[in-house]
Amino acid sequence: MSRHTLSVLVENKSGVLARVSALFSRRGFNIESLAVGPTENPDLSRMTIVVDAESQPLEQITKQLNKLIEVIKIVELDSTAAVQRELLLVKVRAPMADRTQVLQTADLFRAHVVDVNTDTVTLEATGTPDKLQALLAVLAPLGIKEMAQSGTVALGRGPRSMSGAGTLRPVERTA
Amino acid sequence: MTSTTPGGSATREAAEALTGVETTARSVEEAAAEPHTGITGAQSLVRSLEAVGVEVVFGIPGGAILPAYDPLFDSRVRHVLVRHEQGAGHAAQGYAQATGRVGVCMATSGPGATNLVTPLADAYMDSVPIVAITGQVPTAAIGTDAFQEADIRGITMPITKHNFLVTDAREIPQRIAEAFHLASTGRPGPVLVDIPKDVLQATTDFSWPPRLDLPGYKPTTRPHGKQVREAAALIAAARRPVLYVGGGVLKAQATAELAELVELTGAPVVTTLMARGAFPDSHPQNLGMPGMHGNVTAVTSLQKADLLVALGARFDDRVTGQLSSFAPHAKVVHADIDPAEIGKNRKADVPIVGDARETIAELVTALRGEHEAGRTPDLSAWWTQLDRWRQTYPLGYDWPEDGSLSPQYVVERLGALAGPDAIYASGVGQHQMWAAQFIKYEKPGTWLNSGGLGTMGYAVPAAMGAKYGAPDTTVWAIDGDGCFQMTNQELATCAIEGIPVKVAVINNGNLGMVRQWQTLFYEGRYSNTKLHAQNADGTPKPVRIPDFVALAEALGCVGLRCESKDDVDAVIEKAMAINDAPVVIDFVVGADAQVWPMVAAGASNDDILAARDLRPVFGDGQV
Repeated sequence: MSRHTLSVLVENKSGVLARVSALFSRRGFNIESLAVGPTENPDLSRMTIVVDAESQPLEQITKQLNKLIEVIKIVELDSTAAVQRELLLVKVRAPMADRTQVLQTADLFRAHVVDVNTDTVTLEATGTPDKLQALLAVLAPLGIKEMAQSGTVALGRGPRSMSGAGTLRPVERTA
Repeated sequence: MTSTTPGGSATREAAEALTGVETTARSVEEAAAEPHTGITGAQSLVRSLEAVGVEVVFGIPGGAILPAYDPLFDSRVRHVLVRHEQGAGHAAQGYAQATGRVGVCMATSGPGATNLVTPLADAYMDSVPIVAITGQVPTAAIGTDAFQEADIRGITMPITKHNFLVTDAREIPQRIAEAFHLASTGRPGPVLVDIPKDVLQATTDFSWPPRLDLPGYKPTTRPHGKQVREAAALIAAARRPVLYVGGGVLKAQATAELAELVELTGAPVVTTLMARGAFPDSHPQNLGMPGMHGNVTAVTSLQKADLLVALGARFDDRVTGQLSSFAPHAKVVHADIDPAEIGKNRKADVPIVGDARETIAELVTALRGEHEAGRTPDLSAWWTQLDRWRQTYPLGYDWPEDGSLSPQYVVERLGALAGPDAIYASGVGQHQMWAAQFIKYEKPGTWLNSGGLGTMGYAVPAAMGAKYGAPDTTVWAIDGDGCFQMTNQELATCAIEGIPVKVAVINNGNLGMVRQWQTLFYEGRYSNTKLHAQNADGTPKPVRIPDFVALAEALGCVGLRCESKDDVDAVIEKAMAINDAPVVIDFVVGADAQVWPMVAAGASNDDILAARDLRPVFGDGQV
């Protein structure tokens, strides 16, 4: 299997997320992560969908997505030509004896301390999925009490955008 | 002498007399489109339906949709009160398939809406343009598990082309216009519009035409010229081509263009279950139907072809059999309006996205260019081979050994006597396959059935909708006794509304196709397929439950029965002579007749059996 990141512009209407996620489950496609948020245009939302699929099923996924009336445009973001980030919040056990090590680890990964108390420290980190995995691996022996991680959000590098002038090339609607 | 003033009333009358219904319909639509202020959402809905030119709505009222039924009472839009919402949906499908227009059905919230689920799924599979309008509980009650609440928008998301929940009465004209646009353009399909009761009751303004707001909907209808030229070059070079014609050719009303292409190529044609009638069965180049119960020549032509030209077809499993061994030597030109169909099941060497009519017309032009350049293939060896198969393995059937009436004979005679101008609607099962095999279809829109979903019970309500849309055409429902018992209550609708359909019940007392599989694959263990009353040892009791003649009469129809070969023609002719009431003929046939040829589920098309234990031999060393 191989990972592909799809950036999907959709109409900002109720029910669109249900339609997209239902399509994935009905057609038997696996979603690795999905993030939805507003865009610079209030009428549009952007879904960043990471899927695990070979190229032939991926083509079918994008064609089926394109058939949804509320889907405006789909671009596949190549990992080398796109910035991809996830957000991690992690609550780590940090008694006084271990606290320095937690803080040093946070520094190494450019994570921020966003909450502190006598027993734990909560860190905020952003990065690629690989970087966040590495951070978690280092923190795990210290004791992770709780964590929350977002799906990937991504933008293509360079001056072009999905909408407006000099647009990124969409995944073809035609065969 | 009429008035000389252009547009004077006498002139207008004369014009209306000349063009008939269309002019009248247009003026009604124009009147409906006049702006109105201070009307209800329900009035806006009915005006919108008038403005898009709806002739008839099939439906049943109920609490949440009730506000819409009040203005509908005064509208020029006719309403046919069905007996079950499933009947409304299939009637809308039958109407759409017989007329080429969008069919409309209406139901209330909750169970009314969920009863539409089967016909919506059916229309989605077979790309039939219908619009379903459902009432919904009031906006404030949505999500509270209110009485007769069902999330019909959520439920129908995977089985509609699109659906809407209207939350503001001002949106009604726009949503209705969008629904009809979506249903009828691109790859056609069902669209559902769910309207809460308070939105129907709200005060609003109406103006027409509304602006369509569908920024993500741009179906590609014009084929790519380069792809068309590549396809033409492949056709010109092929030695064993087959035109694999699917339902999309009928949807695109491309039969005239297809006939031109067939003549020009000289190639054989197969018409799938959804495409029966797209090309005349009487034409010598028509090999007939491919697929699980297709004839040996049609199935084998695909297996041996060096080029498949798929036009509005989707390589369904019932056509391909085991996909990995389907048409192993063939290059594929795949033309479809839906890009997602191309490459879904079979890789296309030349994909063409576009409307079938435009695509075929352009293929004809491009192919003429190939021919003018001297590239005209010689298909005579291919035809010699095909003709030999046709002679060796013609479609046929054996008369039952027990002397009972042969169902194939009944279907064959019905087709012969009712002729190619009649419309035939079938249910699903053995009778459907026999109707697809033994009736000769010559014209588009004369064969209606549930192909993709395989919905038992489709025939009677679909025939009702077809007859409503084509009142001057004889419409026969060919049904099995299993199917008939699912939706026969719509015959009461037909009797009361004056929709004189004719129904041939092929009554073998069993769920015949399932029984056939039990005979072939379950050692004749007939678990739960006997519909007739039976003794403890499984033998039939000499009692008819139900008595279809008595049932027909109870539903306001004429009931006839036929149990012997000698009576078949006479009873069909008697039914044909009755035009003021629906007619049901109970054809009591043998239980053991089987549908042949057959490619077993999951088997390769190469392993087709022409009849039970008769495996064709193609041992000619050629592919």
